[in-house]
Amino acid sequence: MFDYNFHWRPVMKSLPDLLEAAMLTLQVAVLAMILGIVIGLCLALIRLHMRGPLLWLASTWVELARNTPALFQLFFFGFGLGSFGLHLSPYMIVLMGLTFNCAGYLAENFRGGFQAIPDTQIRASRSLGLNAWQAYTRIVIPQVFRIVYHPITNQMVWAVLMSSLGMLVGFRELSGETQFFASRTFRIFEYFAVTAVIYYVIVKLILGASRLLATRLFRY
Amino acid sequence: MEPTISFFSGFAPKDLLFLGEAALRTMWISILSISIGTVLGVVFGWILYEGKWAAALTVAPILDVFRSVPLIIQLVLFYNFAPIVGLNLDPFASGVVILTIYTAALVANVARGGIEAVEPPMRRAARSLGMSYWQDLRYVVLPIGGRAVFPAWVGVALGVMKDSALVSVLGYVELLKASQILITRTQEPFLILSIAGAFYFALSYPISRYAASLERKWAQ
Repeated sequence: MFDYNFHWRPVMKSLPDLLEAAMLTLQVAVLAMILGIVIGLCLALIRLHMRGPLLWLASTWVELARNTPALFQLFFFGFGLGSFGLHLSPYMIVLMGLTFNCAGYLAENFRGGFQAIPDTQIRASRSLGLNAWQAYTRIVIPQVFRIVYHPITNQMVWAVLMSSLGMLVGFRELSGETQFFASRTFRIFEYFAVTAVIYYVIVKLILGASRLLATRLFRY
Repeated sequence: MEPTISFFSGFAPKDLLFLGEAALRTMWISILSISIGTVLGVVFGWILYEGKWAAALTVAPILDVFRSVPLIIQLVLFYNFAPIVGLNLDPFASGVVILTIYTAALVANVARGGIEAVEPPMRRAARSLGMSYWQDLRYVVLPIGGRAVFPAWVGVALGVMKDSALVSVLGYVELLKASQILITRTQEPFLILSIAGAFYFALSYPISRYAASLERKWAQ
């Protein structure tokens, strides 16, 4: 049945390089998540409270991010902007594509979170003498954070998985590096099998860490 | 004499036809894998619900792997694994197999949630009215639980439709691959990517809006 000899040695030899590339994957995913949370928060607040061109812009962003493939978005930042003479490095392509996507998905989560907090709470805190900023940062945001904590964790996992698309725009993160080695040695199956294991471990670590953090954050 | 051969030619109306055909291929591979994957996923979901610890030790971790490894890695891995065990699959077949399993892994959780959404007292009532176990599943759990998780299922299905763009790594000419081919020829990335994006958007946006409105209607 097996007419194929598995060669694991070349994979093991380049394992340090793969792990280094995994760090790059994590780095780009974490950066995209931080930017995505900030932008997603702004988009959610705009969609809840504003009218006019800003609302239109925010809605377009969210709907485009949610209704087109992530790979299409990466290609758009990669090749589409080339039409305007804007050529980004692979790192920037992946970072911007992931940020665009994460911000769109997170904005919807945040919007749901904000809508779950009744208006009366804001009015109550205002009548207790808090100003609008204090009411938001001390009353609303902590509760919203509790609601969106789980979706944020999921989005973080998605960001790591999505960063694998970097391989198609020439970014040498975990997948890109794997493809590079695989095409040099033709040990495609072995390399990608090891990479799959690395991704699995990364995802499990993220989920485990978030569960640990949740028990500390949400004790009350 | 003027040079008569040019490597690049502009975007012609017949290229729209080429893109349209590729869009049909995207829809075909999506519909195929979503329908088979959903059936499998519902079965897995039922096993997860009924199987208790036996399923938690066998089916659950396997499905978990398909959710924790990037789809693109799964595709490359399977495409290169199939010949090792003596299967010769073309890119389309490999894509369908992986997309189906991926759909099933995602739908399994949704389906389990649907079964859990039906309260035990209701099911006991159905049984005490003389329904058999299967009648209870078919006439009580399916309509009520199905309704509860229908929006989530639409989300999964649209996600798979968008993720079918990744089958292009295996060389299957679906929408995104077709647009890449055209970009190479016409050197007009912005125009062509916009058209491809509009196709995806036109497929995904109406369905997601419809699901959201159904959810609102059923919530009342």
